[in-house]
Parts: sequence; structure tokens; C-alpha cells
Amino acid sequence: MDIIYNILETILPFEFMQYAFMKNAFLAILLVSPIFAILGTMIVNNKMAFFSDALGHSALTGIAIGSILGISNMNISMFIFAVIFAILLNLVKNKTSYGADTIISVFSSIAIALGLAILAQSGSFNKYSSYLVGDILSISKTEIIYLFIAFILVFIFWGKLFNKLNAISINPVLAKSKGINVKLLDNMFAIIIAVMVMISIRWVGILLINSMMILPAASSRNIAKNMRSYHAYSIIFALFSGIVGLIISYYTNIPTAPMIVILSGIIYFITFGARKVVNK
Amino acid sequence: MEACGLHCTKIENISVKIENQTILKDVTFDVHCGELTMIIGKNGAGKSTLLKALLNEIEHTGKVEFIDMKENKNKKIKIGYVPQSLNIERNMPTSVYDMFASYISDKPVFFRKDVELYKKIKECLKTFGADKLIDNRVGNLSGGELQRILLSIATYPIPNLLILDEPVSGVDRNGTRDFYEILSKLKDKYDMSIILVSHDLELVKKFADKVVLLDKEVKKQGTVNEVFESNEFKDCFGNI
Repeated sequence: MDIIYNILETILPFEFMQYAFMKNAFLAILLVSPIFAILGTMIVNNKMAFFSDALGHSALTGIAIGSILGISNMNISMFIFAVIFAILLNLVKNKTSYGADTIISVFSSIAIALGLAILAQSGSFNKYSSYLVGDILSISKTEIIYLFIAFILVFIFWGKLFNKLNAISINPVLAKSKGINVKLLDNMFAIIIAVMVMISIRWVGILLINSMMILPAASSRNIAKNMRSYHAYSIIFALFSGIVGLIISYYTNIPTAPMIVILSGIIYFITFGARKVVNK
Repeated sequence: MEACGLHCTKIENISVKIENQTILKDVTFDVHCGELTMIIGKNGAGKSTLLKALLNEIEHTGKVEFIDMKENKNKKIKIGYVPQSLNIERNMPTSVYDMFASYISDKPVFFRKDVELYKKIKECLKTFGADKLIDNRVGNLSGGELQRILLSIATYPIPNLLILDEPVSGVDRNGTRDFYEILSKLKDKYDMSIILVSHDLELVKKFADKVVLLDKEVKKQGTVNEVFESNEFKDCFGNI
């Protein structure tokens, strides 16, 4: 870890890089932005923005349950809850033929209400209310190592199974006729989103986590012509708004996550304007 | 066209019930290789449901058997499917290569293009006169172009049975005629059985080798003349 810190200081000899919390935050953004950027491409293609929003909200219940079971078990309980919630949400979404958005909304409301109720009851609400907006500067060394592991796992998953996910997204029946296990992959994808949300929620915040996933991909989709440029632009936009957002927030005292989302929003509207030019 | 008669797909007693409502009842018919079997029926007759059952997409009773009479044994059937529509909008960043590769390969399409795979896909598309479209975005293709590309995906690798859901809109008259000519070539060249759900009786009259009239159950099956002259057909569509 110290070696990485030294490298960061040498490559980026700026004032803000002297602080350990800034180095950690910088590393976290380098790891998490590309993950959200690539997961976002599929979330946007599948019109799952609302679905991932609900997964974000479910994190609050996960935290609440974790707080009851004690801090030592918190990560595990959050993780288990995320997996169960993701599978349940997927199941209900597939079972109902009418208005999936209504069902998802019901789930997400219950998750928030349950989370708030449990936290208030156990008297720890104030302690955890920071999860609503998150605090990237509080990220620790251990969490960065977790993130690094997640980073590797998501990229392996993406490299091995992206084509199948894309095939399902275009037409699930056709995918099935080609021997692709649609249900299993659907669930795996939902679980990965849920787990990534859980890992990141503490420093991104429930209110903004979905924007971090959706905006880079949505911006990229405005101007990309194929899957390669779609991914490349999405990752570039996410890293750019992540790093620049962190630096601006250091100098202006604006919280980091909102700053990142504001920048992503600006990029979205620029690409939206450029769309007509690119697509002629 | 004389079928070689050595391969046969037997569709036996397919029944589908959804929430106690019978959608399909004991649908039974044979499909021979080199034959274009077209399924007709009114809206709500269960045509799409039958396709879903054949693709194992919904719960059903009954079975689909593929028999190779040359070796006189049952084989696992390979089914190719051409869907009616795709979940793709205009300007979506999915090229024809991206889509095709996603269905036939695990080499990630978000990474660099695989030269071998690119060549192979181009070769497949060429059979259907669509090789020039390989770098186009799927969402910006015309209905006829898209149909040819879907057909080339469905026929790689060559299936025993090809199932098609005819698009209701988006394909012009010439495109439709070309499409049926391609189908005719396919069934002759590869000795393929084809099941097609059609909404256009004129085309059925012109191209079908066999017609199945469906209304929750098989009302009538046979050649175009047998079905179109039958009382069941008149009950269903009136005199045309």
C-alpha cells in the first residue's frame, strides 16, 4: 500500500495528494468508477435504471439489519441481504406481466421504510444518516483492498459473460434458443449490482449511488456507435468526473459525491447536444 | 419440392394452461424436412403461445420429438429462432457484429474486434446478402435488413427446425418477397424444417407447403388448398 502511495505522490505532486485520506479517496475512485461505468452500460440498455435505484435503496435496510446484528457482522449481513433482495426483486419482476415499475417501487419503498424504522428503533439513526449522502474521504485502507478484489472479480465476470448478458438484453427468447441460461445470468447480474452498491454505499451515499451508475453510461450511449466505444466513453466519463469531482470538492468544500454527479450531469447534456452531430 | 422424408419433427399433444385458462389444447402435427409449415389463425388463437411452448419458454405438457429415420432414432433437436422484434432502439450502440458475436461467441464484444470472428460473421451474413451491414447499428436497420440478419443468426449453426415469428410491420412488400425466397432456398439447401407464424394469408397461399389452422387446437391441417377450401377455414376467416 505504501508503495502505491509513493507512486501517487510522485506522479501527482499536488498539495491535496499529501493527505492519506485524499490518496485513499483517489484510489477508490480509480477502482469504483470503471466498475460502475461498465455495469451501467448494461443497466441502461436493459432499461433497469429504476431497478438499480431500488437496489440502492435496499442498502438502507441492509445497513439497519447489520446495525442490529452488531458491527462485526455488518458487512456479511449487508451482503446477504443484498443478494436476497436482488433475487427476490428479479423474481417478482419476471412473474408479473403488468407494470414492473410499480412492483419495483413497492419494494424500494418498503426497503427504505424498513431501514429507517429499524435504525430509529435501535437509536442509531443519526449515526447512520451519513449513509444518505456518503463520505468518500472516510474510506479506509481495508476498504480499498475490498474494492480492489471487487474490481478484479467484476472485470473477470464482465469479460467472461458480457456477450451472454448482451444477448439476453437484445432478446431473451433468442438467447435461450442459443442455449444461454437466461434466469441464472439475470440473477447473477442483479446480485453483482447489489453487491457493488453495498460495498460502495457508505461513501457514495444512497441518494447518489444510482446516478454514478447511470450517468456515465447514459452519456456514452448518446454518442457511441458500438459496444467498444460505448464502454470506452463510459469509463472515460466516469473516471473524468470522479477525479475532477474529487479535486474540486477538496478546494471548494462541496461534498465529493454530489460534485461527481454534477459533473456527470454536465457531461450528459454535452453529449446529448453532440448526439445530433455524431448521428447526423 | 419433394421432402427427403428422412427427418421428421413430431409435435405431440402440446397443451398450455395459464391460470386455469386453456390457451392450447392437444396441438399435434408433424413437420417434415424441406417443408415450410405455416401456422395461421385469428388474433388470440394461440399462435405465439405455441411458438413459446416449442421453444420451451413457457410451461406446457406434450412433447417435441425429432426423428432421424435414416438412423431410426430420436435425436436432440436443434432449434433456430427468428423473433418478431428486438429490444433495441434507434441509435443504440450495438452494431450488427456486436449482436451476432454476442449470440455465437464468448469473446467480449466490448473489447477489441476479433478478426477471425469478424470474418466468420461476415461469411454468415453474406449468405443472406447482408455482409455490408456488419458495422451498422442494429437500431438503424430497415425491417427487411434486420430480418435477414436475424435469419443468419438463427441459422448459425444450421438447426434442424427453424421457427419464425413473422413481423407484423416494418417490412415492405419487396422485402417480404425477398425474405420468402431466402426461406425457400434455405429449406432446399439445408433440408431444414421451417415453422412460420404468419399474419398474411396471401403469402401463405403463395409460399406454404403445409398449413396448420390454429384456434386453441388444430382445426385443420394439410396443403394450402385443403385448408383454404375447408369449412373450418371459412368459419375462421369468412370467404376470401
